[in-house]
Amino acid sequence: MCLAIPGRIVEMVDADLQLAKVEVGGVRRNINVGLLEDDCLQIGDWVLIHVGFAMSKIDEQEAARTLDALEEIGAAYRQELEDLRESCID
Amino acid sequence: MDHWIVHRQTRGRIGREMKFINEFRNAGLARAVAAEIEAIAPRDKRYKIMEICGGHTHTIYRHGIKDLLPDRVEMIHGPGCPVCVLPMGRVDDGIAIAERPEVILTCFGDMMRVPGSKGTLLEVKARGADVRMVYSPLDALRLARENPAREVVFYAIGFETTAPSTALTLMRAKKEGVKNFTVFCNHVTIVPPLRALLESPELKLDGFIGPGHVSTVVGCKLYQFICTEYGKPIVVAGFEPLDLIQSILMVVRQLTQGRCEVENQYTRSVPWEGNLQALKCMDKVFEVRPYFEWRGLGFIAQSALKLSREYAEFDSEIRFDTPSVRVADPTSCQCGEVLKGVLKPRQCRVFGTRCTPEHPLGALMVSSEGACAAYFNFGRKVTDREMDRMTDREKVGV
Repeated sequence: MCLAIPGRIVEMVDADLQLAKVEVGGVRRNINVGLLEDDCLQIGDWVLIHVGFAMSKIDEQEAARTLDALEEIGAAYRQELEDLRESCID
Repeated sequence: MDHWIVHRQTRGRIGREMKFINEFRNAGLARAVAAEIEAIAPRDKRYKIMEICGGHTHTIYRHGIKDLLPDRVEMIHGPGCPVCVLPMGRVDDGIAIAERPEVILTCFGDMMRVPGSKGTLLEVKARGADVRMVYSPLDALRLARENPAREVVFYAIGFETTAPSTALTLMRAKKEGVKNFTVFCNHVTIVPPLRALLESPELKLDGFIGPGHVSTVVGCKLYQFICTEYGKPIVVAGFEPLDLIQSILMVVRQLTQGRCEVENQYTRSVPWEGNLQALKCMDKVFEVRPYFEWRGLGFIAQSALKLSREYAEFDSEIRFDTPSVRVADPTSCQCGEVLKGVLKPRQCRVFGTRCTPEHPLGALMVSSEGACAAYFNFGRKVTDREMDRMTDREKVGV
Protein backbone atom coordinates (compact mmCIF):
# COMPACT_ATOMS: atom_id res chain seq x y z
CA MET A 1 0.00 0.00 0.00
CA CYS A 2 2.94 2.30 0.42
CA LEU A 3 3.85 2.60 -3.24
CA ALA A 4 3.91 6.01 -4.82
CA ILE A 5 3.80 6.05 -8.59
CA PRO A 6 4.70 8.85 -11.01
CA GLY A 7 2.01 10.31 -13.24
CA ARG A 8 1.94 13.24 -15.66
CA ILE A 9 -0.81 15.83 -15.39
CA VAL A 10 -2.81 16.00 -18.62
CA GLU A 11 -5.78 18.10 -17.54
CA MET A 12 -6.91 20.34 -14.72
CA VAL A 13 -10.38 18.98 -14.03
CA ASP A 14 -11.81 21.07 -11.18
CA ALA A 15 -9.99 23.83 -9.34
CA ASP A 16 -12.52 23.92 -6.46
CA LEU A 17 -12.33 20.20 -5.83
CA GLN A 18 -8.58 20.25 -6.53
CA LEU A 19 -8.87 17.48 -9.10
CA ALA A 20 -6.48 16.86 -11.98
CA LYS A 21 -6.35 14.13 -14.57
CA VAL A 22 -3.07 12.24 -14.75
CA GLU A 23 -1.70 9.63 -17.10
CA VAL A 24 -0.03 6.67 -15.42
CA GLY A 25 1.22 3.73 -17.43
CA GLY A 26 -1.25 4.45 -20.24
CA VAL A 27 -4.20 4.86 -17.83
CA ARG A 28 -5.89 8.23 -17.29
CA ARG A 29 -7.50 8.84 -13.92
CA ASN A 30 -8.47 11.73 -11.70
CA ILE A 31 -6.41 12.44 -8.62
CA ASN A 32 -6.50 15.08 -5.91
CA VAL A 33 -3.73 17.69 -6.00
CA GLY A 34 -4.74 19.59 -2.84
CA LEU A 35 -1.54 18.67 -0.99
CA LEU A 36 0.54 20.49 -3.61
CA GLU A 37 -1.33 23.80 -3.57
CA ASP A 38 1.93 25.70 -3.11
CA ASP A 39 3.59 24.06 -6.13
CA CYS A 40 1.34 25.78 -8.72
CA LEU A 41 1.00 22.60 -10.78
CA GLN A 42 0.58 22.84 -14.54
CA ILE A 43 -0.30 20.49 -17.37
CA GLY A 44 2.77 18.44 -18.24
CA ASP A 45 4.12 18.38 -14.66
CA TRP A 46 5.05 15.04 -13.08
CA VAL A 47 3.84 14.13 -9.60
CA LEU A 48 4.25 11.16 -7.26
CA ILE A 49 0.82 9.68 -6.56
CA HIS A 50 -0.17 7.77 -3.43
CA VAL A 51 -3.73 6.48 -2.84
CA GLY A 52 -5.21 8.98 -5.28
CA PHE A 53 -3.33 12.06 -4.03
CA ALA A 54 -0.33 13.86 -5.49
CA MET A 55 2.34 13.80 -2.76
CA SER A 56 5.19 15.65 -4.39
CA LYS A 57 6.13 17.30 -7.62
CA ILE A 58 9.08 15.65 -9.34
CA ASP A 59 11.03 16.34 -12.52
CA GLU A 60 10.83 14.22 -15.65
CA GLN A 61 14.18 12.55 -15.00
CA GLU A 62 13.10 11.50 -11.50
CA ALA A 63 9.81 10.21 -12.90
CA ALA A 64 11.71 8.03 -15.39
CA ARG A 65 14.04 6.72 -12.66
CA THR A 66 11.10 5.88 -10.42
CA LEU A 67 9.19 4.16 -13.22
CA ASP A 68 12.26 2.02 -13.99
CA ALA A 69 12.57 1.08 -10.33
CA LEU A 70 8.87 0.20 -10.17
CA GLU A 71 9.15 -1.98 -13.28
CA GLU A 72 11.89 -3.86 -11.47
CA ILE A 73 9.62 -4.37 -8.47
CA GLY A 74 7.17 -6.11 -10.82
CA ALA A 75 4.07 -7.63 -9.23
CA ALA A 76 3.42 -4.97 -6.59
CA TYR A 77 3.58 -2.22 -9.24
CA ARG A 78 1.24 -4.11 -11.57
CA GLN A 79 -1.20 -4.53 -8.68
CA GLU A 80 -1.02 -0.82 -7.91
CA LEU A 81 -1.85 -0.01 -11.56
CA GLU A 82 -4.73 -2.50 -11.46
CA ASP A 83 -6.09 -0.82 -8.31
CA LEU A 84 -5.73 2.60 -9.91
CA ARG A 85 -7.67 1.38 -12.94
CA GLU A 86 -10.58 0.53 -10.62
CA SER A 87 -10.48 4.00 -9.11
CA CYS A 88 -13.04 6.63 -10.11
CA ILE A 89 -12.40 9.83 -8.20
CA ASP A 90 -14.83 12.62 -9.03
CA MET B 1 15.29 -26.81 12.50
CA ASP B 2 12.31 -28.56 10.93
CA HIS B 3 10.69 -25.35 9.83
CA TRP B 4 13.76 -24.40 7.90
CA ILE B 5 13.70 -27.64 5.96
CA VAL B 6 10.04 -27.20 5.08
CA HIS B 7 10.73 -23.66 4.00
CA ARG B 8 13.41 -24.87 1.63
CA GLN B 9 10.97 -27.34 0.13
CA THR B 10 8.11 -24.90 -0.30
CA ARG B 11 9.95 -21.98 -1.73
CA GLY B 12 10.49 -23.38 -5.22
CA ARG B 13 7.23 -22.09 -6.64
CA ILE B 14 7.70 -18.67 -5.14
CA GLY B 15 11.32 -18.70 -6.20
CA ARG B 16 10.30 -18.03 -9.81
CA GLU B 17 9.78 -14.40 -8.92
CA MET B 18 13.22 -13.98 -7.48
CA LYS B 19 15.38 -11.33 -8.95
CA PHE B 20 18.85 -10.44 -7.88
CA ILE B 21 21.47 -7.82 -7.92
CA ASN B 22 22.69 -8.32 -11.48
CA GLU B 23 19.23 -7.49 -12.80
CA PHE B 24 18.70 -3.96 -11.54
CA ARG B 25 19.87 -0.82 -13.25
CA ASN B 26 23.13 0.64 -11.99
CA ALA B 27 24.08 -2.69 -10.41
CA GLY B 28 27.72 -1.96 -11.31
CA LEU B 29 27.56 1.37 -9.52
CA ALA B 30 25.95 -0.31 -6.52
CA ARG B 31 28.85 -2.76 -6.36
CA ALA B 32 31.30 0.11 -6.37
CA VAL B 33 29.44 1.74 -3.46
CA ALA B 34 29.42 -1.62 -1.64
CA ALA B 35 33.18 -1.88 -2.16
CA GLU B 36 33.59 1.49 -0.48
CA ILE B 37 31.51 0.32 2.48
CA GLU B 38 33.77 -2.73 2.71
CA ALA B 39 36.83 -0.48 2.57
CA ILE B 40 35.81 2.02 5.24
CA ALA B 41 33.88 -0.12 7.78
CA PRO B 42 36.35 -1.01 10.57
CA ARG B 43 37.05 -4.75 10.73
CA ASP B 44 36.85 -4.88 14.49
CA LYS B 45 33.37 -3.34 14.69
CA ARG B 46 29.90 -4.55 13.89
CA TYR B 47 27.29 -2.00 12.79
CA LYS B 48 23.57 -2.57 13.18
CA ILE B 49 21.60 -0.25 10.91
CA MET B 50 17.81 -0.20 10.91
CA GLU B 51 15.85 0.54 7.76
CA ILE B 52 12.63 1.95 9.13
CA CYS B 53 10.43 1.62 6.06
CA GLY B 54 8.80 -1.60 4.85
CA GLY B 55 9.33 -0.52 1.24
CA HIS B 56 13.07 -0.42 1.92
CA THR B 57 12.94 -3.88 3.52
CA HIS B 58 11.29 -5.15 0.36
CA THR B 59 13.95 -3.56 -1.86
CA ILE B 60 16.78 -4.96 0.29
CA TYR B 61 15.52 -8.52 -0.23
CA ARG B 62 14.13 -8.12 -3.72
CA HIS B 63 17.46 -6.92 -5.05
CA GLY B 64 19.80 -8.87 -2.79
CA ILE B 65 21.29 -5.71 -1.25
CA LYS B 66 22.27 -7.72 1.82
CA ASP B 67 24.47 -9.89 -0.35
CA LEU B 68 26.54 -6.87 -1.28
CA LEU B 69 27.19 -5.76 2.27
CA PRO B 70 30.06 -7.01 4.40
CA ASP B 71 28.99 -9.27 7.27
CA ARG B 72 29.91 -6.61 9.80
CA VAL B 73 27.23 -4.24 8.46
CA GLU B 74 23.92 -5.76 9.48
CA MET B 75 20.50 -4.48 8.42
CA ILE B 76 17.71 -4.63 11.03
CA HIS B 77 14.16 -4.34 9.72
CA GLY B 78 12.08 -1.64 11.34
CA PRO B 79 8.41 -1.11 12.17
CA GLY B 80 7.52 0.93 9.08
CA CYS B 81 4.87 -1.30 7.54
CA PRO B 82 1.48 0.00 8.76
CA VAL B 83 -0.31 -3.26 7.99
CA CYS B 84 2.23 -5.23 9.99
CA VAL B 85 2.00 -3.20 13.19
CA LEU B 86 -1.79 -3.21 13.42
CA PRO B 87 -2.83 -5.18 16.52
CA MET B 88 -5.39 -7.98 16.31
CA GLY B 89 -7.96 -6.14 18.42
CA ARG B 90 -8.20 -3.37 15.83
CA VAL B 91 -8.73 -5.94 13.05
CA ASP B 92 -11.51 -7.48 15.16
CA ASP B 93 -13.11 -4.05 15.61
CA GLY B 94 -13.08 -3.52 11.83
CA ILE B 95 -14.68 -6.92 11.34
CA ALA B 96 -17.40 -6.11 13.91
CA ILE B 97 -18.23 -2.93 11.97
CA ALA B 98 -18.19 -4.81 8.64
CA GLU B 99 -20.66 -7.37 9.98
CA ARG B 100 -23.36 -4.73 10.50
CA PRO B 101 -25.94 -5.11 7.71
CA GLU B 102 -26.14 -1.39 6.96
CA VAL B 103 -22.37 -1.04 6.51
CA ILE B 104 -20.18 -1.07 3.43
CA LEU B 105 -16.65 -1.37 4.81
CA THR B 106 -13.93 -0.10 2.47
CA CYS B 107 -10.20 -0.65 2.82
CA PHE B 108 -6.93 -0.93 0.90
CA GLY B 109 -6.16 -4.34 -0.60
CA ASP B 110 -3.38 -5.16 1.89
CA MET B 111 -5.79 -4.85 4.80
CA MET B 112 -8.09 -7.63 3.57
CA ARG B 113 -5.78 -10.47 4.62
CA VAL B 114 -4.55 -9.21 7.99
CA PRO B 115 -5.53 -11.81 10.60
CA GLY B 116 -7.54 -10.77 13.63
CA SER B 117 -8.53 -13.20 16.36
CA LYS B 118 -11.64 -14.21 14.41
CA GLY B 119 -10.28 -14.28 10.89
CA THR B 120 -9.74 -11.67 8.21
CA LEU B 121 -11.89 -9.11 6.41
CA LEU B 122 -11.65 -11.33 3.34
CA GLU B 123 -13.24 -14.19 5.27
CA VAL B 124 -16.02 -11.97 6.61
CA LYS B 125 -16.66 -10.84 3.05
CA ALA B 126 -16.94 -14.48 1.96
CA ARG B 127 -19.53 -14.94 4.71
CA GLY B 128 -21.65 -12.17 3.21
CA ALA B 129 -20.42 -8.90 4.71
CA ASP B 130 -20.12 -6.00 2.27
CA VAL B 131 -16.37 -5.39 2.29
CA ARG B 132 -14.89 -3.59 -0.71
CA MET B 133 -11.35 -2.80 -1.68
CA VAL B 134 -10.69 0.78 -2.70
CA TYR B 135 -7.66 2.45 -4.22
CA SER B 136 -8.24 5.78 -2.50
CA PRO B 137 -10.27 7.14 0.45
CA LEU B 138 -11.90 9.39 -2.17
CA ASP B 139 -13.29 6.23 -3.81
CA ALA B 140 -14.83 5.34 -0.44
CA LEU B 141 -16.41 8.80 -0.23
CA ARG B 142 -17.82 8.35 -3.74
CA LEU B 143 -19.37 5.03 -2.64
CA ALA B 144 -21.05 6.90 0.23
CA ARG B 145 -22.57 9.41 -2.18
CA GLU B 146 -23.74 6.59 -4.47
CA ASN B 147 -25.27 4.58 -1.60
CA PRO B 148 -27.14 7.10 0.53
CA ALA B 149 -29.13 4.37 2.33
CA ARG B 150 -25.95 2.60 3.52
CA GLU B 151 -23.24 3.51 6.03
CA VAL B 152 -19.88 3.62 4.27
CA VAL B 153 -16.87 3.16 6.53
CA PHE B 154 -13.27 3.67 5.42
CA TYR B 155 -10.77 1.54 7.34
CA ALA B 156 -7.88 4.01 7.47
CA ILE B 157 -4.35 2.77 8.06
CA GLY B 158 -0.93 4.19 7.36
CA PHE B 159 1.75 6.53 8.61
CA GLU B 160 2.00 10.22 7.74
CA THR B 161 2.36 9.14 4.09
CA THR B 162 -1.32 8.23 3.95
CA ALA B 163 -2.89 10.27 6.78
CA PRO B 164 -3.06 13.53 4.75
CA SER B 165 -5.16 11.73 2.12
CA THR B 166 -7.67 10.67 4.77
CA ALA B 167 -7.63 14.23 6.15
CA LEU B 168 -8.40 15.81 2.77
CA THR B 169 -11.13 13.24 2.11
CA LEU B 170 -12.78 14.11 5.44
CA MET B 171 -12.51 17.83 4.74
CA ARG B 172 -14.37 17.25 1.51
CA ALA B 173 -17.00 15.03 3.20
CA LYS B 174 -17.64 17.80 5.72
CA LYS B 175 -17.85 20.48 3.06
CA GLU B 176 -20.36 18.40 1.09
CA GLY B 177 -22.32 17.42 4.21
CA VAL B 178 -22.07 13.69 3.53
CA LYS B 179 -23.80 12.04 6.47
CA ASN B 180 -23.32 8.34 5.76
CA PHE B 181 -19.51 8.31 5.65
CA THR B 182 -17.19 7.61 8.60
CA VAL B 183 -13.55 6.70 9.08
CA PHE B 184 -12.24 3.95 11.36
CA CYS B 185 -8.97 5.68 12.08
CA ASN B 186 -5.83 3.59 12.61
CA HIS B 187 -3.27 6.11 11.41
CA VAL B 188 0.02 5.96 13.25
CA THR B 189 2.99 8.30 13.47
CA ILE B 190 6.61 7.52 12.79
CA VAL B 191 8.51 9.15 15.63
CA PRO B 192 7.09 7.43 18.77
CA PRO B 193 7.97 3.85 17.71
CA LEU B 194 11.49 5.01 16.82
CA ARG B 195 11.83 6.50 20.27
CA ALA B 196 10.49 3.26 21.79
CA LEU B 197 13.06 1.25 19.82
CA LEU B 198 15.86 3.60 20.83
CA GLU B 199 14.84 3.21 24.48
CA SER B 200 14.65 -0.59 24.18
CA PRO B 201 17.42 -2.27 26.15
CA GLU B 202 17.29 -5.37 23.89
CA LEU B 203 18.27 -3.55 20.77
CA LYS B 204 21.49 -1.70 20.24
CA LEU B 205 21.25 0.16 16.97
CA ASP B 206 24.08 2.19 15.47
CA GLY B 207 22.17 4.15 12.86
CA PHE B 208 19.05 4.47 10.75
CA ILE B 209 17.93 4.57 7.13
CA GLY B 210 15.00 7.01 7.18
CA PRO B 211 11.81 6.40 5.20
CA GLY B 212 11.37 8.19 1.87
CA HIS B 213 7.67 8.71 1.36
CA VAL B 214 6.79 9.46 4.99
CA SER B 215 9.53 12.07 4.92
CA THR B 216 8.04 13.87 1.89
CA VAL B 217 5.25 14.75 4.37
CA VAL B 218 7.04 15.11 7.72
CA GLY B 219 10.39 16.35 6.35
CA CYS B 220 13.84 15.55 7.72
CA LYS B 221 13.76 18.04 10.57
CA LEU B 222 11.62 15.72 12.67
CA TYR B 223 14.43 13.15 12.99
CA GLN B 224 16.90 15.50 14.67
CA PHE B 225 16.12 14.00 18.10
CA ILE B 226 17.76 10.75 16.96
CA CYS B 227 21.05 12.63 16.67
CA THR B 228 20.73 15.14 19.49
CA GLU B 229 19.16 12.90 22.15
CA TYR B 230 20.47 9.47 21.19
CA GLY B 231 23.68 10.26 19.31
CA LYS B 232 22.81 8.11 16.26
CA PRO B 233 23.04 9.05 12.56
CA ILE B 234 20.09 8.83 10.18
CA VAL B 235 20.02 9.11 6.39
CA VAL B 236 16.68 9.56 4.59
CA ALA B 237 16.76 7.32 1.51
CA GLY B 238 15.02 6.96 -1.86
CA PHE B 239 13.58 3.69 -3.11
CA GLU B 240 15.92 2.52 -5.82
CA PRO B 241 18.45 -0.15 -4.87
CA LEU B 242 21.24 2.33 -5.60
CA ASP B 243 19.60 4.92 -3.30
CA LEU B 244 19.59 2.41 -0.50
CA ILE B 245 23.15 1.28 -0.78
CA GLN B 246 24.35 4.87 -1.10
CA SER B 247 22.43 5.70 2.06
CA ILE B 248 23.98 2.77 3.90
CA LEU B 249 27.39 4.11 2.86
CA MET B 250 26.41 7.56 4.18
CA VAL B 251 25.47 6.07 7.57
CA VAL B 252 28.68 4.01 7.75
CA ARG B 253 30.71 7.08 6.79
CA GLN B 254 29.12 9.10 9.59
CA LEU B 255 29.86 6.29 12.04
CA THR B 256 33.50 5.98 11.02
CA GLN B 257 33.96 9.75 11.15
CA GLY B 258 32.26 10.01 14.54
CA ARG B 259 29.49 12.24 13.18
CA CYS B 260 25.78 11.94 13.85
CA GLU B 261 23.54 14.03 11.65
CA VAL B 262 20.29 13.90 9.73
CA GLU B 263 21.36 13.55 6.11
CA ASN B 264 19.05 13.50 3.11
CA GLN B 265 19.97 11.18 0.26
CA TYR B 266 16.48 11.57 -1.27
CA THR B 267 16.67 15.33 -1.91
CA ARG B 268 14.88 14.70 -5.21
CA SER B 269 11.61 14.34 -3.32
CA VAL B 270 12.08 15.13 0.38
CA PRO B 271 12.17 18.74 1.61
CA TRP B 272 13.77 19.53 4.97
CA GLU B 273 10.56 21.05 6.36
CA GLY B 274 8.17 18.48 4.87
CA ASN B 275 4.88 19.27 3.14
CA LEU B 276 3.42 22.12 5.20
CA GLN B 277 0.05 21.95 3.47
CA ALA B 278 -0.28 18.25 4.34
CA LEU B 279 0.77 18.84 7.95
CA LYS B 280 -1.76 21.69 8.26
CA CYS B 281 -4.61 19.45 7.00
CA MET B 282 -3.60 16.68 9.43
CA ASP B 283 -3.60 19.15 12.33
CA LYS B 284 -7.12 20.21 11.50
CA VAL B 285 -8.66 16.76 11.10
CA PHE B 286 -6.75 14.62 13.62
CA GLU B 287 -5.60 14.75 17.19
CA VAL B 288 -3.03 12.53 18.88
CA ARG B 289 -4.33 9.54 20.86
CA PRO B 290 -2.95 9.29 24.39
CA TYR B 291 -1.72 5.80 23.56
CA PHE B 292 -2.12 3.11 20.89
CA GLU B 293 -1.20 -0.54 20.70
CA TRP B 294 1.38 -1.69 18.14
CA ARG B 295 1.59 -5.33 17.22
CA GLY B 296 4.74 -6.68 18.74
CA LEU B 297 5.75 -3.40 20.36
CA GLY B 298 2.90 -3.03 22.86
CA PHE B 299 1.33 0.28 23.88
CA ILE B 300 3.20 3.39 22.79
CA ALA B 301 2.20 6.81 24.11
CA GLN B 302 1.00 9.43 21.62
CA SER B 303 1.79 7.20 18.67
CA ALA B 304 -1.46 7.31 16.71
CA LEU B 305 -4.15 9.66 15.44
CA LYS B 306 -7.87 9.87 15.97
CA LEU B 307 -10.39 12.30 14.52
CA SER B 308 -10.43 15.72 16.14
CA ARG B 309 -13.50 17.10 17.90
CA GLU B 310 -14.33 19.13 14.82
CA TYR B 311 -14.56 15.89 12.83
CA ALA B 312 -16.07 13.63 15.53
CA GLU B 313 -19.27 13.18 13.49
CA PHE B 314 -17.16 11.18 10.98
CA ASP B 315 -15.60 8.90 13.58
CA SER B 316 -16.67 5.25 13.15
CA GLU B 317 -15.68 4.52 16.75
CA ILE B 318 -18.28 7.03 17.93
CA ARG B 319 -20.99 6.05 15.45
CA PHE B 320 -20.72 2.28 15.97
CA ASP B 321 -20.15 0.07 18.97
CA THR B 322 -16.90 -1.85 18.63
CA PRO B 323 -15.65 -4.61 20.95
CA SER B 324 -12.43 -2.59 21.59
CA VAL B 325 -10.92 -5.61 23.25
CA ARG B 326 -7.19 -6.04 23.40
CA VAL B 327 -6.24 -9.40 21.88
CA ALA B 328 -2.81 -10.86 22.53
CA ASP B 329 -0.86 -12.11 19.53
CA PRO B 330 -0.82 -15.92 19.12
CA THR B 331 1.83 -17.30 21.44
CA SER B 332 3.48 -19.24 18.61
CA CYS B 333 3.93 -16.05 16.61
CA GLN B 334 7.11 -14.05 17.19
CA CYS B 335 6.33 -10.96 15.11
CA GLY B 336 7.19 -8.79 18.11
CA GLU B 337 10.75 -10.02 18.38
CA VAL B 338 11.20 -9.73 14.62
CA LEU B 339 9.77 -6.19 14.65
CA LYS B 340 12.23 -5.23 17.34
CA GLY B 341 15.05 -6.76 15.35
CA VAL B 342 15.84 -9.25 18.12
CA LEU B 343 15.05 -12.23 15.88
CA LYS B 344 15.54 -12.67 12.15
CA PRO B 345 12.35 -13.74 10.35
CA ARG B 346 13.63 -17.26 9.75
CA GLN B 347 14.40 -17.61 13.45
CA CYS B 348 10.68 -17.36 14.30
CA ARG B 349 9.38 -20.78 15.30
CA VAL B 350 6.49 -20.75 12.79
CA PHE B 351 8.28 -19.07 9.84
CA GLY B 352 7.69 -20.97 6.62
CA THR B 353 5.69 -23.71 8.30
CA ARG B 354 2.48 -22.53 9.93
CA CYS B 355 3.08 -18.99 8.75
CA THR B 356 3.49 -18.42 5.00
CA PRO B 357 2.42 -15.65 2.58
CA GLU B 358 -0.54 -17.84 1.51
CA HIS B 359 -1.60 -18.50 5.11
CA PRO B 360 -0.15 -15.77 7.28
CA LEU B 361 -0.34 -16.22 11.03
CA GLY B 362 1.49 -13.03 11.86
CA ALA B 363 1.13 -9.64 10.25
CA LEU B 364 4.75 -9.51 9.04
CA MET B 365 3.89 -12.28 6.58
CA VAL B 366 0.82 -10.48 5.18
CA SER B 367 2.09 -7.44 3.39
CA SER B 368 4.77 -7.68 0.72
CA GLU B 369 6.50 -4.96 2.75
CA GLY B 370 6.57 -7.09 5.89
CA ALA B 371 10.01 -8.41 6.81
CA CYS B 372 8.86 -12.05 6.91
CA ALA B 373 7.12 -11.99 3.52
CA ALA B 374 10.16 -10.31 1.97
CA TYR B 375 12.44 -12.91 3.53
CA PHE B 376 10.20 -15.76 2.42
CA ASN B 377 9.88 -14.55 -1.16
CA PHE B 378 13.34 -13.24 -1.89
CA GLY B 379 15.67 -14.09 0.93
CA ARG B 380 17.02 -17.42 -0.25
CA LYS B 381 20.52 -16.36 -1.20
CA VAL B 382 20.88 -14.35 1.94
CA THR B 383 19.48 -16.99 4.22
CA ASP B 384 21.65 -19.73 2.74
CA ARG B 385 24.74 -17.67 3.40
CA GLU B 386 23.56 -16.65 6.84
CA MET B 387 22.57 -20.18 7.76
CA ASP B 388 26.15 -21.25 7.17
CA ARG B 389 27.29 -18.71 9.70
CA MET B 390 24.63 -19.39 12.32
CA THR B 391 24.95 -21.64 15.30
CA ASP B 392 22.52 -24.55 15.65
CA ARG B 393 20.87 -22.75 18.53
CA GLU B 394 20.18 -19.74 16.32
CA LYS B 395 18.90 -21.93 13.52
CA VAL B 396 15.97 -23.18 15.59
CA GLY B 397 15.15 -19.68 16.72
CA VAL B 398 15.56 -20.04 20.45
